[in-house]
Amino acid sequence: MLTKRIIACLDVRSGRVVKGVQFVDLVDAGDPAELAKRHAAAGADEIVLLDITATHEGRGTLLDTVRRAAKELFIPFTVGGGIRSADEASAVFDAGADKVSVNSAAIADPGLIDAIGRSFGAQAVIVAIDARRATNSADPVGQAEVFVSGGRTRTGRQVIEWAREAEARGAGEILLTSMDADGTRAGFDCELTARVSEAVEIPVIASGGAGTAEHFAEVFQAGKAHAALAASIFHFGIADVRALKRELAMRGVPVRLPC
Amino acid sequence: MITVIDYKAGNLTSVMKALDALGCQATVTADPEVVRRSTKVILPGVGHFQATQLLEETGLTAAVSDAIARGVPFLGICVGLQWLFEGSTEAPAVKGLSLFQGECERFAPGVKVPHVGWNEVRVNPQSRLMHGVEDRAFVYYTHSYRAPVVTETVAVTAYGGPFSGAVERGNVMGVQFHPEKSGVAGMRVLRNFVELAC
Repeated sequence: MLTKRIIACLDVRSGRVVKGVQFVDLVDAGDPAELAKRHAAAGADEIVLLDITATHEGRGTLLDTVRRAAKELFIPFTVGGGIRSADEASAVFDAGADKVSVNSAAIADPGLIDAIGRSFGAQAVIVAIDARRATNSADPVGQAEVFVSGGRTRTGRQVIEWAREAEARGAGEILLTSMDADGTRAGFDCELTARVSEAVEIPVIASGGAGTAEHFAEVFQAGKAHAALAASIFHFGIADVRALKRELAMRGVPVRLPC
Repeated sequence: MITVIDYKAGNLTSVMKALDALGCQATVTADPEVVRRSTKVILPGVGHFQATQLLEETGLTAAVSDAIARGVPFLGICVGLQWLFEGSTEAPAVKGLSLFQGECERFAPGVKVPHVGWNEVRVNPQSRLMHGVEDRAFVYYTHSYRAPVVTETVAVTAYGGPFSGAVERGNVMGVQFHPEKSGVAGMRVLRNFVELAC
């Protein structure tokens, strides 16, 4: 049976892993290469490295960090943050990434999804969507809005409609981050995740809000997620991936064990 | 000399990195003459079956066929496995090598496509390629088209029905999963291939 993936995410700024609450208050959490290796050894199914400051500061992705992290990683490795063109994506692939994640640049130029997919295959393109519920709407989940530039800028675009366009343009997966839940450790936004997962055929990776094993079980079951991503709970040793997977297996979630 | 064929599509870095970790000196080439002189050939995976058209146009298909005819071990990964079959509905005009019977097809409706993630393989214990990989081990897949189960299938995965996770006949081998991304199990498969007598 296809298993539900647990993805360890490294939010990187200036070559260091950081993690904040709702995109601010960043705390230093270590060396990306070392943490990537540690998560893989602890049973993570994939590693995602997001250069969270790349977009608004206009920097390119940290190719050296990617190269160092990729060197001894033999599980899927995704890199995102500041990738604006197929050429920049190409440099990230050359450095050892298996997939790239595009966010702000894809909103600005949706053709970027098609361009990367043409050169490297749809499986190599993840479209990351930072979503916030439309609290003043009658349907806050259905009308949830896409934000870009690390959550700083609203786009006026609806999450579900954008996810469908991304799929139509050849995205291989959607990485959906709930900005409302991110960093709270109070649980994923299962309702939003389920709505997006039902709207597209491609896999949806849920992100934002992980705090306990129960939260993961909820997002895989009620939230219909194919994978779930978490950062801070692993970095600070609150839950190790293998322990998390054992708990999920007991709750009837198919996971890769032993790992 | 192990040769990894570069046909200007997809990403070779991960495969090269995995071979390097196994202590294996591999050469990347797009030159048919280099392929003809190789002692082992790997054709890595890419996104679309259409990309294999370039193999024909550049003379690489003929070079691989010559190498295989000499008994040189060959490993196709992902689309590289699919190319060993007769063709794929993904690009009906492009012919495969037809070393295995049948055509690759898109997953049937009812399952999410692409098939992305870690899924288990049922392993034929006779297989040299899958030797040492436990039955029901997990390997990493990412694909939208799959090859049928044939008599030479040595690993089967079920996703909306069974398909070939690995095929093997003599020294001609293919894996639909990505051994370079499948952790310990995948590295075992690559090691089995690079250590084959040739």
